[in-house]
Amino acid sequence: MPIAGMINSKLRNTIAIAGLLFTEFLVVVLARDIYLNGLHMYTLGASSPEITTPAKFIFPVRIILEVDSMNIFMALISSTIALIAAIYSMASMKKETGQDKFYFLTLLLVSGMLGMEMTGDIFNMFVFLEIASISGGALVAFRTRYADSPEGGLKYIVVSAIAGLMVLFAIGLLYSQYDLLNIAALANAIQYTTLDKIALALLAMAFLMKLGSVPMHMWLPDAYSVAPTAITVILLANSQASMYALFRTCFSLFGLTMNVNTLGWMLIILGVLSMFIGVTMAVLQRDIKRLIAYNCICESGFMLLGVGVGLAVLDNPTALATYGFQAMTGGIFHMVNHALFEGLLFLAAGVIFHRIGTRNLNEMGGLGHGLKFTAVLFLLGAFASSGLPPLNGFASKILIYESVYHFNPVLAIIAVIVSIITLAIFVKVFFSAFTGQMLPKFKEIKEAPKPMMISMTILSGIIILFGLFPGIVVDWLAHPAVNALINQASYINAIIGGR
Amino acid sequence: MTASALYNIPFIAVAIIESIALFIIISQRSLIKVVMGLGLLASGANLFIVALGYRSGGVAPIYTNLPQQAVVLPVPQALTLTSIVIAVATLALMLSMIIHIYRNTGSTDAEKSRLMKG
Repeated sequence: MPIAGMINSKLRNTIAIAGLLFTEFLVVVLARDIYLNGLHMYTLGASSPEITTPAKFIFPVRIILEVDSMNIFMALISSTIALIAAIYSMASMKKETGQDKFYFLTLLLVSGMLGMEMTGDIFNMFVFLEIASISGGALVAFRTRYADSPEGGLKYIVVSAIAGLMVLFAIGLLYSQYDLLNIAALANAIQYTTLDKIALALLAMAFLMKLGSVPMHMWLPDAYSVAPTAITVILLANSQASMYALFRTCFSLFGLTMNVNTLGWMLIILGVLSMFIGVTMAVLQRDIKRLIAYNCICESGFMLLGVGVGLAVLDNPTALATYGFQAMTGGIFHMVNHALFEGLLFLAAGVIFHRIGTRNLNEMGGLGHGLKFTAVLFLLGAFASSGLPPLNGFASKILIYESVYHFNPVLAIIAVIVSIITLAIFVKVFFSAFTGQMLPKFKEIKEAPKPMMISMTILSGIIILFGLFPGIVVDWLAHPAVNALINQASYINAIIGGR
Repeated sequence: MTASALYNIPFIAVAIIESIALFIIISQRSLIKVVMGLGLLASGANLFIVALGYRSGGVAPIYTNLPQQAVVLPVPQALTLTSIVIAVATLALMLSMIIHIYRNTGSTDAEKSRLMKG
């Protein structure tokens, strides 16, 4: 990347976007293959990709990369978001220095994210988690000429480092008992001893810390508001990769051997707290990207609520079939919706910052006269975030409301109230930023540059498409993913061959 | 001390190191001391991983010309090498960010250099 940058800056940008396009193409081809043929795995260094347990051994010894429906779902989200963010950054990073390092770190962040989502070995997941954390932290603090960027970057790195070390400690605990690092082999061999309980607690807390749920959410508004806008969007997908790691640990690594009721209720309570605290803190914000970041915390709460309900009824087959499956489908469908509409909101806010140089809502007013298209797209993202039909937020939120209502009506009522408050905060933002009298200093505002418009249009197109035809996503992406999470036995069988 | 306490000294040491490190990270106000606490946390985790691989009477797990006796586990040593490298990169990045914070706000105190509240 720096070599290409020395030749020509256009060449470097083209290589970055071409690389991400190629990755997206490969992921889509692999998604179709997984949908038709089931789980795939690749053993690094073996004579054939499917031999996880070599001839004279009795347990898997090599690092494996495995892709099943849940992994490819997350990889689709990550690669699409990365491609859109890279297209956006062509325009938004034009005036920055050090663009070689920016594109290099972006590609490293995307590869760390994809690696974390497509591995079947728990130490490999830790290594990719750290790769993504370090490059993400360097990118958050990228614009060092502003005073608050290094502060947000430091908060991001410290929290990520502590979470990574907790994961390392838990890996040590699991290895000391079972002498295995392969997730499927561990899931087969695990008995729920006291050390396993400690390892589960450490892993769950570490991944919750990385995804920004309340009580560990303090870093998220700071880091998301000072990062360059394209990076904020990729960091969103990174938090969802950590959420995927949390679900993989709870469902596939521990599964029914642990007390699913306790952990499920813990996820539910943290989800409800995240929703409530996220949206009420968002009412008080003056900085537009900080407000959208608090909305991010609120939507993470929705996902934790949906999948937590599914986890809490995992040992109850009738309840699982009635509403647990639908709750998990809603939570997982909400992951892709969250990436889309939060990405659109952040990109629109980034256009404002690019044009007027400030994120403070008190200094904005009447921008809709100049930024017409951006205002419409921001409103679209706001409506999708609060769950208004016919957009995609409605499709996933109605799944969550209905199934959580069967589980416990109070939770569904809290979720609906939180959605209403979400709409309220976005109405406030839209009216104060875009409508009203145009301030005289904004008379010369032009519309956003072409690459930004392209990326925002792609996202809004996908949002409307998923909102009008949610059946496509549910049948082809969400249901296989939920099946892959719930059926721990088929996961183990496919990887270590039926022991 | 009883025999089991003697065998468990590395793990008791890990527990003491980790608790001191967590106390430092939570309670210190100077940002550089927070980074020092993080380095100590990483050292504790790495010590735990190497110590769990020890087998009594074992030699170093070098597989060329191995003498015919027990070896300590090789996998934790590989895990620790990877983890030390990652910790070095993380600590260097954190310190460079603290330098930028110092240049921008004039202090490395967590309370005085804080620009984003609420």
